[in-house]
Amino acid sequence: MTNEKILNSNDDKWDSNITPSNRLLDLNIKELWQYRDLLFLFVKKDIITVYKQTILGPIWFIIQPILTTFVFVILFSKMAGFDTGNVPPFLFYMISITLWSYFADTLNITSKTFTDNANIFGKVYFPRLILPLSKVFSGFIKFLIQFAFFIAFWLYYTFVAKSIIPNWYVLITPFLLLIMVTLGLGFGILITSLTTKYRDLTFLITFGVQLLMYGTPVAYSLTDTKVEKYKNILLLNPLTSIFEAFKFAFFGKGEFNLFWLSYSVIFTLLLLIIGIIVFKNVEKRFIDVV
Amino acid sequence: MSREVIKVEHISKLYRLGQVGTGTLSHDLKRWWAVVRGKEDPFLKVGVENDRTSKKSSDYAWALKDINFNINQGDTFGIIGKNGAGKSTLLKILSKVTSPTEGIIKVRGRIASLLEVGTGFHPELTGKENIYMNGAILGMTKKEIDRKFDEIVDFSGVALYVNTPVKRYSSGMYVRLAFAVAAHLEPEILIVDEVLAVGDAEFQKKCLGKMGDVASHGRTIIFVSHNMQAVQSLCKTALYLKAGQIADIGTTESVINTYMSREIRNCYSQRWEFENAPGNELAKIISAEVIPYFKDDVNIIDTSTAFDLKFEFYNAVQNQIINLSLLFYSSAGNCIFNVGTGMRTLDKGIHTGILKIPGKFLNDNIYTITLMIVKEGSSALFYLEDILTFEVVDEPRTSAWYGKWEGAVRPTLFEFELK
Repeated sequence: MTNEKILNSNDDKWDSNITPSNRLLDLNIKELWQYRDLLFLFVKKDIITVYKQTILGPIWFIIQPILTTFVFVILFSKMAGFDTGNVPPFLFYMISITLWSYFADTLNITSKTFTDNANIFGKVYFPRLILPLSKVFSGFIKFLIQFAFFIAFWLYYTFVAKSIIPNWYVLITPFLLLIMVTLGLGFGILITSLTTKYRDLTFLITFGVQLLMYGTPVAYSLTDTKVEKYKNILLLNPLTSIFEAFKFAFFGKGEFNLFWLSYSVIFTLLLLIIGIIVFKNVEKRFIDVV
Repeated sequence: MSREVIKVEHISKLYRLGQVGTGTLSHDLKRWWAVVRGKEDPFLKVGVENDRTSKKSSDYAWALKDINFNINQGDTFGIIGKNGAGKSTLLKILSKVTSPTEGIIKVRGRIASLLEVGTGFHPELTGKENIYMNGAILGMTKKEIDRKFDEIVDFSGVALYVNTPVKRYSSGMYVRLAFAVAAHLEPEILIVDEVLAVGDAEFQKKCLGKMGDVASHGRTIIFVSHNMQAVQSLCKTALYLKAGQIADIGTTESVINTYMSREIRNCYSQRWEFENAPGNELAKIISAEVIPYFKDDVNIIDTSTAFDLKFEFYNAVQNQIINLSLLFYSSAGNCIFNVGTGMRTLDKGIHTGILKIPGKFLNDNIYTITLMIVKEGSSALFYLEDILTFEVVDEPRTSAWYGKWEGAVRPTLFEFELK
């Protein structure tokens, strides 16, 4: 408190500074790593709170995509007549829906990071990015359960019914999945940062995600003759080439276009970087305006 | 040992008043345009001093303005001030929940803050799961929690229910569990907001004791409270905030004295000229006054101080049957009690009513008095709200417990013998 003490403390080694603004892209990976246990606990919480006090428990993770798949088969394959080639429509729509729901869930939930967690964020500090990241991981667990179910059917059609011919591109599907979910995350944290002060965008997002599904080859394939003339417009959507490559790998049917895949990767990385910059900027002060 | 662990330099925080709405975008654009041209933010200049009682003259207010102080390692540092003085804002900035508008805070070591107990508790999760969840949110690693788990459960006293979802807990158990986690944090710097206001007396004592332990281990504690007794017993140094600025800083005792003399701005007496005295053609109120009987050289009314309330009023009608009635309101606006004089037939002229309140009767609170002049024991001739306002502060306690004394009154003058 006194001058004497101030003079004594001339070693200027401080651990951290609290300042009005961050450096531009200060990810602070070290800090994120320190909070890895929190990330793990958030994921655990997400998973177990979903099926607490339910009878069927985790089976609910399966029921939802199965029912949606049936509806899609009837709606798009039987009624609208989209061509899935030699791929059983059931299998075709199942992978589409599993992928799409992972993407849409990630985008929907991370785009509400700030508004949904204002209460916790207002009381305690931890790296805010932990929360959207935890949603990516808990979504991944849900995805894995659904995907395992798909794999069971896929193995049957590949090796028993022998109606589809997969190829070695299957090995790069984890990478495709990573790009897809990063896109959802990048988009989500950008939106949540933009909607803390002005809520207008939240209205757009709710139905925007629904509309985006029709612009992504979920219900159809790019190789379908009905779709082909819109192909170049659809490929502008960075999800398109990812979904197509997925189906190409598992079914041997679809587009594997290296140019458009690179476009998706670059698009995703740019979006993620912008998302993080804006997110880090907003997290410092959002609690005053939320 | 007296190494600085926190150095606060020129910290200011600007808040926008009113709602964020359609007008905000234009402000944001103007601000952005100014920054682009390399000029100063135009809205940083217009902030008014943070004084909630004055009518606002600007859309922005400084919640904190140019705060500078240092805290040394092992200090127990108290922050006091009235509601709205900027205490919470300062705490939020120190805990990195929000950032300052200007200035810098340099920190050595890990900060953990307790602005609330039980942050991140999920009702569906069990006690055990919530201990881990809450601990991790407060900055503990899983290993640390593993190590302390038994101690935490022990401290909370809910061992039996540790595998039950916390939504089935009573609110008392919930708070105890939450505080138990918090009490076992071991950061270099611990920031505590008024969380001691929760829980029962025994538990509070345990928590204060625990915090004292933490401080004696060379850790630094920053403690914010309205409870002067708790601040005094726990903190060596203190900071007094008033309207977003430092009003005093130094030893806790001297800071609390400054606080007392500046903040307790009560209405101890009122007197009116006869012509404009409040009232009507039947009765008028002339004066009202609190007359305390101070012991020694203390001049603050505490719970042990006896005092009189004296009222003078004018009765305009000869032989009117009158009695006085007084209503005591607490700061929360509840009527604590109502006392009346007996009825008397009064002459036309000025009369006086005196109520004697003994010491050791009222609880600590801010009391607001309403005076009623009643005719024939049934209808009010005239009444005046808020005629007097005064604070009764807590008397120095002899026990080790500093929690809020429950109840509207504290009649320790009653005989209560233990044989």
